Amino acid sequence: MNHRRWETLAGYLFIAPWLVGLVVFTLGPIAASFYFSLTSYQLVKPPVWVGLANYQRLLHDDIFWKSMRVTTTYVAISVPLGLVLSFCVALLMNQKVKGIGFWRTVFYLPNLVPLVASTMLWLWIFNPQFGLLNGALARIGIEGPNWLQSQQWALPSLIIMNLWTVGGSTLIYLAGLQGIPTDLYQAVEVDGGGAWAKLRTVTIPQMTPVIFYNLILGLIAGFQVFAQPLIMTRGGPRYATMFVVLYLYQNAFSNFKMGYASAIAWALFVVILALTIVLFRLSNRWVYYEGDTSRR
Amino acid sequence: MQGAMRSEPNAALDGPAPATTTTLATAREPLGTHLRRTWWIYLILVAVGAMLSLPLLWLLSSSLKSEGQIFVVPPQWIPNPVQWANYPDVFHRIPFGRGWLNSIVVTSLATLGQVISASLVAFGFARLRFPGRDALFMVLIATVMIPYHVTLIPSYVLFRWLGWLDTFLPLIVPSWLGGSAFLIFLVRQFYMRLSFELDDAARVDGASIWQVFTHIVLPQSKPAIGVVAIFAFLNHWNDFFGPFIYLNSTDKYTLPLMLRLFQSVESTEWAMLMAASVMTAIPCIVLYFVAQRYFIQGVVFTGLKG
Repeated sequence: MNHRRWETLAGYLFIAPWLVGLVVFTLGPIAASFYFSLTSYQLVKPPVWVGLANYQRLLHDDIFWKSMRVTTTYVAISVPLGLVLSFCVALLMNQKVKGIGFWRTVFYLPNLVPLVASTMLWLWIFNPQFGLLNGALARIGIEGPNWLQSQQWALPSLIIMNLWTVGGSTLIYLAGLQGIPTDLYQAVEVDGGGAWAKLRTVTIPQMTPVIFYNLILGLIAGFQVFAQPLIMTRGGPRYATMFVVLYLYQNAFSNFKMGYASAIAWALFVVILALTIVLFRLSNRWVYYEGDTSRR
Repeated sequence: MQGAMRSEPNAALDGPAPATTTTLATAREPLGTHLRRTWWIYLILVAVGAMLSLPLLWLLSSSLKSEGQIFVVPPQWIPNPVQWANYPDVFHRIPFGRGWLNSIVVTSLATLGQVISASLVAFGFARLRFPGRDALFMVLIATVMIPYHVTLIPSYVLFRWLGWLDTFLPLIVPSWLGGSAFLIFLVRQFYMRLSFELDDAARVDGASIWQVFTHIVLPQSKPAIGVVAIFAFLNHWNDFFGPFIYLNSTDKYTLPLMLRLFQSVESTEWAMLMAASVMTAIPCIVLYFVAQRYFIQGVVFTGLKG
């Protein structure tokens, strides 16, 4: 066997674990999921073909539409809010002041608490009678709402809880900020520009690829929120926190409607995919990539 | 292709080490001048830092209260008396020791698999040339964006068919078969930065591809392997969804599932729950302090730094 053929064989052997995983745990399940969505499937008996019936039912399922609205509202508020806040925190973390390492740790610490543990903690903080939040509000003379038990406040509660972990994407911004060449800032100084000019003409344009990356990641994560509403509210009160994935879970694993749940999965997938494509299309209008090809 | 790679991987990695740059920039300035220039930054740092750490302090404080003190209005910050017994009591109330054992088994086996498979697969993508490689790499990138809920139901059906429900296998085996596409991508980016000269020289001297991998590329890649190990550890230690879907019996529960045992329809044992939460979080926090610099490096490796 000649050298080239040998390298080809070796190449495929090295990536073989991933190739097997790709077929067994990704491509196969995606195809199967689409097939299930066209069937009635209760797990104990083989799937029965029903065509588009699941999707037709979806169109008239009020709870599904409610869950779409809940999830979209959550994403539309918490993703931009998180982006802006973590960017500001990253700017703060990038300041050259003494002891900044300590503060970086303080800001990152909430991300190290396992999701279930932090969800339990916030469940306790939001407790209307004995929780920290309403205790603090009472001290300044405000009677706090029932938070997670209130139809109006349950979703905002989840958004507040999510903001607690802004430190995670801050780390990504920070790495980006430290990669900005200092001569760009010097150029602004030469032109007589101050801190605001530096931020507007150098920092933000240079950071747009990182902002875009965080936007896409935040979007995908936001549409898949599951554990928080499951543990804190079970989707209530009156479906105020019924996220799509939670509704999918209930259909699949409480009612064993695997076909219908698969249709929900695909509906959500299409929404995420469409949004991602639109954002990528729009990205060349605002995301700034340096005109070099060094990364290829 | 190789010519455009960064020739000094170490320079690129040491660049953003935050502590050193900060101290260098401010070392020569007298403390008074420094404070006069930066007091407002400290003000914001303290305000935001306090807001973010209060929940954690509340977690600690609640974990040391008796069930009676938990329900005092207005809430008290300092437990009196300090109820240290909550921590050992967690182990009596629920099979928490078993939870530790389960979490350690699942996390270590899955992390080991992730490290091995990511370093192998990344080597194929970064250092070998074969037809279809670039197309397959695009597929790898695309899979990072596939939401887990799309593959959830068929995966469950598959594991059920294999008889793997209520075992650790669904939580471990996928990591041995590539696992996280993002982590493969991360190692590949790191490998791409290493010089090809040593590889070529070794190949001329008759070394096999496997020897190049084990003797030349792997020994240079400890930072990348470290990052993968840390990320994989945190992912699996904190994972709630996988264990929640695949494990039924309490004696197989990992720690995140164990926490839910304190929650029932009638009441929640808050003090116990908070003590158990602290203990679940401790390995992650310890890992952060031990391996702090890897956290930033992980981000840098992906080439995202601008």
